Amino acid sequence: MTLLWILLLPLFGTLVPLLTANWRRSACAMATALPPAFALMIVLYYGSAVFVGESLRYTLAWVPLLGLDISIRLDGLAFLFSLLILGIGLLIILYARYYLSEQDSMPRFYAYLMLFMTSMMGIVLSNNVLQLWLFWELTSISSFLLISFWWHKSEARRGARMALTVTGAGGLCLLAALLLLGRITGSYDLDVILASGAIIKQHSWYPMVLVLFLLGCFTKSAQFPFHFWLPNAMAAPTPVSAYLHSATMVKAGIFLLARFYPAMADTDLWFLLVSITGLTTFLVGAYLALFKHDLKGLLAYSTISHLGLITLLFGMGTDLAAVAGVFHIINHAIFKASLFMAAGIIDHESGSRDMRKLNGLWHFMPITATLAMVAAASMAGVPLLNGFLSKEMFFAETLHQHLLGSLSWVIPVLATVAAIFSVAYSMRFIHDVFFNGKPKGLTKTPHEPPRYMRMPVEVLVLLCILVGVAPDYIIGDLLHAASFAVLGTEVPEYSLAIWHGVNLPLFMSIVALAGGVLIYINRKYLFDFQNSLPGIDALSTFELVMKTLVKRCQQFYGWLDNGSLQRYMVFVLMAIIVLAGAPLLQLDTLYGGRPELPIDAVNATGAAMLLISAFATVVFHRQRVVALLMISVVGLMVSIAFTRFSAPDLALTQLSVEVVTIILLMLALFFLPHKTPKQSSPTRVLRDIGLASMVGVVIGSISYAIMTRPFTTISDYFMANAKTGGGGSNVVNVILVDFRGFDTFGEIAVLGIASLGIFKLLTRIPLFKPSSDGEGRPWALERHPLLLATVAQSILPMALMVSVFIFFRGHNLPGGGFIAGLITAVAIILLYISQGVDWVKARMNIEYQRVVAIGLMIALCTGLASLLFNRPFLTSWFDYFDVPLFGEIELASAIAFDLGVYVTVVGSTLLILASLGKMTTSHRPTHREPS
Amino acid sequence: METLFASCIGFLTACGVFLMLRGRTFPVVVGLTMLSYAVNLFIFASGRLNLRGAVILGTAENYADPLPQALVLTAIVIGFAMTAFLVILAIRARADLGTDHVDGKLPTPKQAKREPRR
Repeated sequence: MTLLWILLLPLFGTLVPLLTANWRRSACAMATALPPAFALMIVLYYGSAVFVGESLRYTLAWVPLLGLDISIRLDGLAFLFSLLILGIGLLIILYARYYLSEQDSMPRFYAYLMLFMTSMMGIVLSNNVLQLWLFWELTSISSFLLISFWWHKSEARRGARMALTVTGAGGLCLLAALLLLGRITGSYDLDVILASGAIIKQHSWYPMVLVLFLLGCFTKSAQFPFHFWLPNAMAAPTPVSAYLHSATMVKAGIFLLARFYPAMADTDLWFLLVSITGLTTFLVGAYLALFKHDLKGLLAYSTISHLGLITLLFGMGTDLAAVAGVFHIINHAIFKASLFMAAGIIDHESGSRDMRKLNGLWHFMPITATLAMVAAASMAGVPLLNGFLSKEMFFAETLHQHLLGSLSWVIPVLATVAAIFSVAYSMRFIHDVFFNGKPKGLTKTPHEPPRYMRMPVEVLVLLCILVGVAPDYIIGDLLHAASFAVLGTEVPEYSLAIWHGVNLPLFMSIVALAGGVLIYINRKYLFDFQNSLPGIDALSTFELVMKTLVKRCQQFYGWLDNGSLQRYMVFVLMAIIVLAGAPLLQLDTLYGGRPELPIDAVNATGAAMLLISAFATVVFHRQRVVALLMISVVGLMVSIAFTRFSAPDLALTQLSVEVVTIILLMLALFFLPHKTPKQSSPTRVLRDIGLASMVGVVIGSISYAIMTRPFTTISDYFMANAKTGGGGSNVVNVILVDFRGFDTFGEIAVLGIASLGIFKLLTRIPLFKPSSDGEGRPWALERHPLLLATVAQSILPMALMVSVFIFFRGHNLPGGGFIAGLITAVAIILLYISQGVDWVKARMNIEYQRVVAIGLMIALCTGLASLLFNRPFLTSWFDYFDVPLFGEIELASAIAFDLGVYVTVVGSTLLILASLGKMTTSHRPTHREPS
Repeated sequence: METLFASCIGFLTACGVFLMLRGRTFPVVVGLTMLSYAVNLFIFASGRLNLRGAVILGTAENYADPLPQALVLTAIVIGFAMTAFLVILAIRARADLGTDHVDGKLPTPKQAKREPRR
C-alpha cells in the first residue's frame, strides 16, 4: 500500500496548486513541492531493498477477468526513473517559481506539471501493460497542455497539436502492440510478459508486434523520422522543455525499450530496426543541432541526437551496451536538464534566445556562464565530467558489435562523426553565447538571475562533476540495480573508472574533441553549405499533410454516411451475407445427418399458404391495405406452424399478438398514406431482390444446417427441475417466470418503456386528420355498428374469464401471464373499436401508464420478497394447500410474478393502442406541465 | 419437412429484407414484421422440429425443447412492442416532417450530387 502512495501523492498533488492558488507564489510553490517530496522519500526508503536486487510489487485487483489490475512494481529501473522524475521535478518546481512571470497562471502550470509527473510515475511503476498504456497516453495529453501553456501564441498551439498527434498516433500503435503481447502471452501482467520472451520471439506475430511497439517508442522518444515534433515543442515554457523534453517524457520511449528488453530484444529484427534508427537519429540530430540559431532549438536537436545514441546502445543487443544505455540515460537527464534551465535563465534575463544576438554574456552573468559551460562540456564528452564516462562506454560498445557483418566498422566511424558534431555544437553553445564579442540588439541588459532560480542548475551541475569524478561512489549501486532490472539476469562486469588506459575508445574521444573544435572554427563554410540546401519547414509540411488527411477522411465519411438509411441497410446486409455466408462455404454439406420428418398434406398446404401470402405481401406492398391483409395471413400461418410443431404456448401468443399488431397497423394507416408511390428504379429493385435473396439463402441454409444436426439441449435441466424446483409442469412457463425470471423482468420492462415512449411520441403531435382514404373516398359516417357493439359487450366478460383461466392454468398447462394479458387487452380493444373512446372512457377511466408501472412494481416486489428470506433476487417459492371444496391447490410466488407480467402486458398494449386510437378524439394524449 | 421449413424461413427472410429496403416507412414496418416471423421461426427451429412432442411434464415420453419456446414467446411480445414503437415513430415523423420517406426527406435527383455533410 505504501508503494501505491508513490503514485497517489503526485496525483493528489495536482489539486494542491489549485487549492493554494490564492497564497503567495512562494508558498504555493512550496505546497506543490510537498507531495512529490514525500513520494521521493518513500522511493528512497525502498532504496536499500532495490539495491540488493529486489523488485517490490503491489497489486489491487480491479477487473481480474479482463486482466485489469492496479499493479505497481518498483525495481531498479523504476527506481532510477522515479528518482529522475521526482528529483528533477522538484528542481523544476523551484525553477518555474522564478521563471514564470506575474501574468502567467502559476497554479495552472503546476497543476499540469503534477499531472504530468503522475503520468510519468505511472509509466515507470506500472506492472500491468494496460495500466502502463493509460499513463503513457496521459503523458501525451498533459504534455499537450504544458506545451500549449502559452496558448495565445500560435506556435505554441501548433507545436502542441503536432506533439499530441505524433505521440498520440504512436500511443495507438503501442496499444496495439501491448494487446497483441497480451494475446500471445495470455496475460497483461508485466512480470508474465517479461518472463515469456522466448514465446514472444518465436511467435509469428513477433515482427508485427515489434514494429508497432517500436513505433510507439520512437514517436515518443523523437527518433528519426518522427523527431520533428520535438523542436516544435520548444514553444513550451523552458521548465517544460527542461523537464519533459530532456529528462523525462522523451525518455519514456527509451524506458520502454529498456523495460521490454528481456521480452523483445535479442533478435536480428530488433538489432536492425533499433540500432539503425538510433544511429541515424544520433547523426542527423548532431548535424542539425549545429545550425540552429535558437538556443533551445540547438538543445532540442542535441536531445534528439543523444536519444538516438541511447537507442543505438539498446539496439546493439549486448548486455554491456544496455548498461551503457542506462548510464547515459542518467547522465543525459542531468546535463541536459541543467542546460535547458541555463538557456531559460539566459532567455529570461536577456530577452532573447537567438545566438546571433547573444554574445559575450560571460561579462554579465559569470556564474550562470560557468554552470552552463560545465554542463555543455559534459554534453560534449569532456573528461572528468559524467558525459565523458558514458560516451567512452558507448565508443567501446560500438567497437564490440557485429551488427552489419563485415561492414560493422562503419558504426564506430559514424558514431565518431556524430560525436564530432556533438562537440562542435557544444562549442557553439559555449563560445557563441558567452564569448564571441558583445551582445547585439538585445532589448534588455543581461544580469544574473535570482539566487534560487540558479539553484536547480547548480545542483545538477554539481552532480555532473561528482559523477564525473567519482562515478562508482555516486551512482555505482543505482546503475547496477537499474541494469539488473533491465537485463533480468546477472549484470556483466563493467568498470566505472575514469582512466582505462590508452585504448581505441580514448582515441575516438580525442578525435571527436579535436574534430569538433576544428569544425567549429571552420563553421562558416558549413553554414554556407547548409544554407544552400532547400529547407523544409516541418510544421507547415506536417499541417499540410494533416489537412489533406482530414479532407480525405471527410470525403470518405461523406461518401459512407450520406444520410440515406437504405444505403446503410445495404451495407449491413452485405456484412451479414459475408460474415454469415463465409462459414457456410467451409461446410462440405449442409445436411447434418439427422433424419428428416416426412411431409404431410396439412403442413404442405400450410407452407404453401405461407409462401403465397408472403409473396403477395411483397407484390402488393405498394397497396398498403392489401399488403396488411396478406401479412396477417402469414402471421396466422406462423401460429398454425407453432401448433403443428408442439408449441401451444407460442401459438396462443402469436395468435393474440397477431390480432393486436394488425389492429395497430390498421390504425396507423389512418395517419399514413394508403399507397406507396413508385420510386425505386428497376435496377434498384433488381439489386434489392438480389440482396434479399442472398440473405434469405444464407439464413435458410443456416437454419437447415441447424435442424438436421444431431440434437443436444440444456433444457434437460429445466425439465428435470421444473416440477420439483419451480412447482409447475408447463416447462415453458416455468422457464419464463422462474428459471429465467430475471430475463422476463427485463423484457416486460422493455415492453413498458416502449409503450411509455409511444405515449410520449404521440403527445403534442401536430394533428392532421385525413378526411378521406387514399382514393378520395370519405370515411364512413356510421360510427359504431350496433351488431359489433352488442357482440363486443357480451364477449368482454367471457374474454376476461378466459384470460383468468389461461392465467391460472399457465403454470401447469399452456397459458400464462403473457397470453392472458394479450387476451384481456384484445377484449378491451374490441370494446374501444365497437363503442368508441368516449363510451369506454365514461365507464373505465384508467390511466394505462399507471397500469404499466403497477405491473412492473408487482414483478419487482415479488423478486425482492425473496431477499427477505435471504435468497437471491427472484427465487420462487411454492407449496400445496388443502382448501375445503376446492381440494388441493398450489400456491407459488411465481404466480405473483406472472401477475406482474400480466398487468404490464395489459397496460402496455392498451397504452399503445388506446393512445393511437384516441388521436382523433378529444382524449388524445396531451402534455401536462407539472404545476 | 426440415427442407420445407428452412425454405419457408429463407423465403420469409428474403421478403422481409426486400421490404425493409424500400424507401417508405410503412413497407419497412411490414418488412420488419415479416422478418420477425422469420427470426422467431428460426430460433424455434433451433430446438428441432417435433410433430408430436409434449410440453407438459408427465404427459408423454417425447418432449419438445422448451427453451427456444420460452425465448420465442418473449421475442414475440417484444417484437410487437418494437413494431408498435416504429409505427408510431413513423406517424410522428410524417406529422413533423411532412413525408413518410425513411430519410425524412425525398431523395434529390441523381444529377445534383449532395455535398458531404459537415
